[in-house]
Amino acid sequence: MNKSKVLGPWALIVALVLVAVGIAVDGGPYWIRLATTFAMYGALALSWNIIGGMAGYPSFASAAFFGLGAYTGGILITHGWPLAAAVLGAAVLTGAVAALLGLLVLHLRGHYFAIASLMITEAFREIANNAGDLTGGGMGLTLPMAAGDALSQARLFLFAMALCCVGAAVACVLISRARLGVALRCIAQNEAAALTIGIDVRRAKNLAFAYSSCFAGAAGAVYAAWVGYIDPNDVFDIMLAVKPLVMVLLGGAAVWVGPLVGALVFIAFEELVWRNMLHFHSGLLGLFIALLVIYFPGGLAGLSGWFGARWRRLGLTSSRSVA
Amino acid sequence: MFSAQIVANGLILGCLYASIAAGFSLVWGVLNIINLLHGSFIVLGAYLAFYAQRELGIDPFAFAPLAGVALFGLGLIVQKLAINRVLGRPVLLTLTLTFGLNLAFGDAMIEAFSADYRKVNLTHDFGLLTLPGVVLPLDRVAVAAESLAITALLWLLLRFTKLGRTIVAVRMDGEAASLMGVKTAGVFALAFAIAAFTAGASGALLAVIFPISPLMAAGYLGKSFVVCILGGLGSVPGAIAGGLMLGLVESASSAVFGPAYTTTVSFVLLLLLLYVRPGGMFGRKSFA
Repeated sequence: MNKSKVLGPWALIVALVLVAVGIAVDGGPYWIRLATTFAMYGALALSWNIIGGMAGYPSFASAAFFGLGAYTGGILITHGWPLAAAVLGAAVLTGAVAALLGLLVLHLRGHYFAIASLMITEAFREIANNAGDLTGGGMGLTLPMAAGDALSQARLFLFAMALCCVGAAVACVLISRARLGVALRCIAQNEAAALTIGIDVRRAKNLAFAYSSCFAGAAGAVYAAWVGYIDPNDVFDIMLAVKPLVMVLLGGAAVWVGPLVGALVFIAFEELVWRNMLHFHSGLLGLFIALLVIYFPGGLAGLSGWFGARWRRLGLTSSRSVA
Repeated sequence: MFSAQIVANGLILGCLYASIAAGFSLVWGVLNIINLLHGSFIVLGAYLAFYAQRELGIDPFAFAPLAGVALFGLGLIVQKLAINRVLGRPVLLTLTLTFGLNLAFGDAMIEAFSADYRKVNLTHDFGLLTLPGVVLPLDRVAVAAESLAITALLWLLLRFTKLGRTIVAVRMDGEAASLMGVKTAGVFALAFAIAAFTAGASGALLAVIFPISPLMAAGYLGKSFVVCILGGLGSVPGAIAGGLMLGLVESASSAVFGPAYTTTVSFVLLLLLLYVRPGGMFGRKSFA
């Protein structure tokens, strides 16, 4: 049996954890912030992978659940809950809300599902904007600062966000190997056929949607505590729904490596290219996305030549591409 | 709740919404692509009208067809360069592509025009039409009439010209149409360009009533969505019906809940409709 297939995934997870620890111990504030952002993107991309990559449902609701988790975590923390409990509470609430919303929107296919998920984000944003008493409305929500000096705070949040990311990765692996993963892959290929062979399609989709939202919500809660101030336009930003998608497109919808690699490439581009451009910042991102979709819809696995061949031979990408 | 004034406001707004959404509905119905650039096309038409009025002194009402022609050309270019390459691909790709293009487009507009809000000042005052119980600003009535005319023109095109029947044929069944000798690639390009025409013309008319800024593009796009879901895809009567309905709903909700909740109400309506009847009032009863 191919050694990299057996040892590969877990070895890579361990390597990532070691790198995170290394950065936390040694790196300066910039690297800690960068690593925390990478963990956040990774968590979002991996959570999108569950509903978008495995089940094939193009969900744009990551932003909705990220924002919901951010506000839930923020409100809980302002009421005195400790960070871990608040993040857990946010994850659970987001999952429950997603399960309920799933009943409403998961029977839609294709375009309609994508629009419905977009609309969920907009609706949540409007609600957050208008429920001033609870969420602070357009003025935003300010969270109390954590204890300790800046550096140890930064490390704490790196640890928390990395935990979300690793949790999402582990969830992806476990789901993929369980019956739910098989069900989702069948649904992605042909939903009608999946129904006929006896798969409980509604339950599988609902579970995928709920699990996917849990980790987005957890990441949101950690983000709220990390940044200390959130407002509706910030956490319900549509870019938070599109970026995870682009990352998974980049890296391929492999079980967990694809989204993480996509997140890594994306954040590299972001730090090296876009952050240095004051003017045409999101325009360049838009062009990047457009070119990616037109010329590289298969992501890294679709590249011809030496690199693409090695990447495919590693066996880490799924045989069915996202596109 | 439904006083005559509210109904009148709603109908006037509705005519405008209908013409905004007609092109969007056409592209979605024919090419099966959700064109997230539509909002930006509308705003670009509005900017063209604004600059035409400021620099050249051309009235927006007269300039609307010219704005449409400009956007027609732009639509052809965008379609040939980008949209053409993702026809028939999964929703994820087409949506992401138009999202990326819209992002680039919107940012380019902010660079070119700055995000400041602009307003067209009409040279002559149209005045008011005062009927018992209803007060109608005549400039808005004129905008509604001209946008309804553009939508009606689109309907006539689709219904009575050979090109229009070809577009409808491709919408009904693209493969059968190509078997009949229709060059579907050209039809797709033309449909997209025609949709851009209506977007540009409606945008020029919008400039008379609403302030103009690149940041408004998302709002118009959202309204186009709702109108399409309300009225059904790919049909102009559906777009008109959906537009009028949305206009009435917004007018009524603005009177009952206040203007701040208008967007929320339309989105909740959209979600409910997606659950109950995704095909819209005039569309097929399906969700695919």
